[in-house]
Amino acid sequence: MHWLFEPGLFANHSVRTALLVGAIVAVVSAVVGIFTVLRGQSFAGHALTDVATAGGAGAFLAGVAPLVGFVGGGVLGAGAMDVIGVQRVKGRDIATGVVLGAATGLAALFLYLSTTQSSATGTTQLILFGSIFTVQSSTLPEVVGLGLVVLVTVAVIGRPLLLSSLSTELASARGVRLRALGLIFMVILAVSVGLSAIIIGSILSTALLIGPPASALKLVRRFGAGVVLAVFLGVGATLLGIVLAYDSYYWFASHRGLPVSFFVVCVVVVEFVLSSVAQSWRRRRVPASPRAAVVGNPVGWH
Amino acid sequence: MTNAWISGTIVAVLAGAVGFFVVLRGASFPAHAIPNGAFAGAAGANLLGLNPLVGLVSFAIMAALGIGATSRRTRNDVATALSLVLMLALGAAFLTLSTQYEPAINALLFGEILGVSSSEILPVVLLGALCLVVLVLLFRPLVFTSVAPELAEAKGINATLIETIFLVVLALSTALTVPVVGALLTFSLMIGPPAAARLFSSRPSRAVALSVALALVTVWLSIAGSYTFNLPIGFFVGTLGAVLFLGARLWGALRSRRQRLVIA
Repeated sequence: MHWLFEPGLFANHSVRTALLVGAIVAVVSAVVGIFTVLRGQSFAGHALTDVATAGGAGAFLAGVAPLVGFVGGGVLGAGAMDVIGVQRVKGRDIATGVVLGAATGLAALFLYLSTTQSSATGTTQLILFGSIFTVQSSTLPEVVGLGLVVLVTVAVIGRPLLLSSLSTELASARGVRLRALGLIFMVILAVSVGLSAIIIGSILSTALLIGPPASALKLVRRFGAGVVLAVFLGVGATLLGIVLAYDSYYWFASHRGLPVSFFVVCVVVVEFVLSSVAQSWRRRRVPASPRAAVVGNPVGWH
Repeated sequence: MTNAWISGTIVAVLAGAVGFFVVLRGASFPAHAIPNGAFAGAAGANLLGLNPLVGLVSFAIMAALGIGATSRRTRNDVATALSLVLMLALGAAFLTLSTQYEPAINALLFGEILGVSSSEILPVVLLGALCLVVLVLLFRPLVFTSVAPELAEAKGINATLIETIFLVVLALSTALTVPVVGALLTFSLMIGPPAAARLFSSRPSRAVALSVALALVTVWLSIAGSYTFNLPIGFFVGTLGAVLFLGARLWGALRSRRQRLVIA
């Protein structure tokens, strides 16, 4: 295994913190992501990273703790999207777009003001692309705490949320309050995305939210198995990506390592391509059985 | 300054026209993803010492075709999200490899309209005109496939072909707008004014004209504001777009209440 694990990998303090924090974020993203993919809210999930980033830039400018800015900005954005109209599918897209546009405008202003005032170089890049290697181990308790809040909330509202994600008619017939549930989900999504955006950057946040759940839903039919597989794929991609990024420092003569986000995204995309291939293979080899015709893809996840 | 007005005007006309179809087809996510993919292309071209426009156009078209090809087999939004993160990750890798310094990145992301040179205007005019011609030629099938997809298919219109052509036009026009208003705000200009225009008028031809007009007003006000207050243009474009949309919503709500009162 020496070719994979460069010397000193596990002795490095910031690498250990990165592996731990990355794994936590990957678990939370995978669980929230399954619902995001099923509900077709990938755009909102991605847009909230940018909205959270605007909040983070604002917090930086105001001298507030960045975590407050990221999570607060995300929750405000989620509320705005909901008010403008997240319910109807096409209107939802536009509402997300309008909030995203306004948030990027504000981010432009905040970043401009903070770079001219304190000449903090590298802030833009750090905020956009994140750097897991710079995570302070002191933020660990906050990350774990918020992650737990998200997971517990998902566990509590999981059943009605799943039902409403699969069929709104069936859910409202069963007396599920769709509007309230949708809003709660948007807030959870915002907290989880804000949390991952501050730690791993907005690129990775979207990659881990959408990639592993989409791959898992291609491979298994049962929901519980899907969640477990998504968590496994997400954590695997994060850990492998971090190790590869650490190794890449030794690949170039210039000793300029490639970013973690690059490697994690590559692993996530490879996972997705492989599961698409596996899915089409299985479809060709096993023609739909009578049972599958009845039970089979009721959700329309492909 | 003159260059800023000229290129800003071209970009506004283009974004207003393309944006109408983006809003009509519910394609906001691709409209956000493609400019960001294009940003990675510019970073790559910079690394190889090529003209950034080459990188922008090729990556934008790659992103458009990638989204088009994958969304036939997967959910559209998942395909778009994964194409987007792949492009952004490539952009991040290009940026680490090149010795690019921060102001240049900020310019690509947030735009540098006041720094547009005369030699950069000609390709923008030519490609922009090409996009507008394609939109005019495809106006009817584009509206038809967006409003009544089943009916359009029954009439023998190839919806996949129309969708692919539309994504390529979207890619070309975003590649042009990125150097002017930046990757992040190309998107704002394509959503805010057209979404507001759609709320004001339901007739496609009138809504397109209104969308272009609102986009022009947004850009002109933004350039003036950016120049006067010495603040980034992106701030003005982003917030004005949202203000226009909210204004249109408010106007719609007031009008429907008045109509209800008249009926009662």
